[in-house]
Amino acid sequence: MEEIPTPSKEQPHHPLDDLIRTDRIPHIWCPGCGIGTVFSACLAALKASGINLQKTVMVSGIGCSGRAAGYVKLDSFHTTHGRAIPFATGLKLANPELNIVVFSGDGDLFAIGGNHFIHAARRNMDITVICVNNLNYGMTGGQVAATTPYLAKSTTTPAGNPETPFNLPLMAYACGATYVARWTMLHIRDLTDSITEALCKKGFSFIEALSPCPVNYGRRNKQKPLDMLKLYQEKAIIKNDADPATLDIDFEKGIILGKFIDLDRPTFIENYDKIYRPSRLQENVPELNS
Amino acid sequence: MEFWRVPLDADTIQVSLGIVHILEDRCKGCGYCIEYCPKQALEFSANFNQKGYHPPVVIKPEECVNCHYCEIICPEFAIFSVESPQTTKPGQSETNHAI
Repeated sequence: MEEIPTPSKEQPHHPLDDLIRTDRIPHIWCPGCGIGTVFSACLAALKASGINLQKTVMVSGIGCSGRAAGYVKLDSFHTTHGRAIPFATGLKLANPELNIVVFSGDGDLFAIGGNHFIHAARRNMDITVICVNNLNYGMTGGQVAATTPYLAKSTTTPAGNPETPFNLPLMAYACGATYVARWTMLHIRDLTDSITEALCKKGFSFIEALSPCPVNYGRRNKQKPLDMLKLYQEKAIIKNDADPATLDIDFEKGIILGKFIDLDRPTFIENYDKIYRPSRLQENVPELNS
Repeated sequence: MEFWRVPLDADTIQVSLGIVHILEDRCKGCGYCIEYCPKQALEFSANFNQKGYHPPVVIKPEECVNCHYCEIICPEFAIFSVESPQTTKPGQSETNHAI
């Protein structure tokens, strides 16, 4: 065997270093937290999609995943709690040329920000929403969230969650999203491909990424970070085009992953321009068609 | 990788070879890269980094096939691999293990 060249002494650069604010790394996310992986998948997808990164904005809300906006070396917004989508909607309407990525958590997007999600999907705003679902309110200490599975333990439900969680892909589909997918942080290549596809797609795209929260959710449910990944590996059923009504998260019967919805519908801006700015459409202003 | 039968074209397949770079001070010791390396080329180091975690260390550098899985699963941007200018001779590493 020929000798393997040894790595050079000078500090090498990570391939994604040009998209992150390296002075803020290491980030605040706990050891074993999956947000970092989903974030790096998102950055890889931004690179792979070939969109103009000078005209790309990342918007996040509040929560652990909300920190992503502070780590990305693009124009970014760290917005108020639950309001990532309204900020994104405003950005898109003010400057339709921009590509908008909303990167936030389940608590931010679906609990306090639930209504905004519903209406942005209904209007078919041309944005990409990536939801890191860690099944609880991680940053505030592991309280029960709208996505905590039935009977799972949390700070506020020590004997098990009595509520039924949201089925996020069903909700996105029912509200009118044109692209809906779900992956876990273990299915990184699929997740990256899905985000790439969603970024290039016109209309409201929604991607749910399941991610472990070892410090809060995992600790109370007796799951070490690696146990959680093993669970994803064992229980994942990849089924593209599955019926969204069957996608509830139940680790007993298995979690269905895949790309569920991919359809075309006129976006809000297209419909608005048709009725209120017909002259601009005839002039064929390039940014309106992008 | 272990085969129960050596593939017929094993001697024509060029296996790429990777060099793993580890940015030790970014690591938080989650161990995902170590657990999910398909070639088991990594292990926890005995040393501590600045933050007091054990970063991974490459124990079998010749096994890395540059699949980038450690790079994409790492939540910390702390590990990546690049293609080595050398490649293994066709089929070399595969047949050795199959026997």
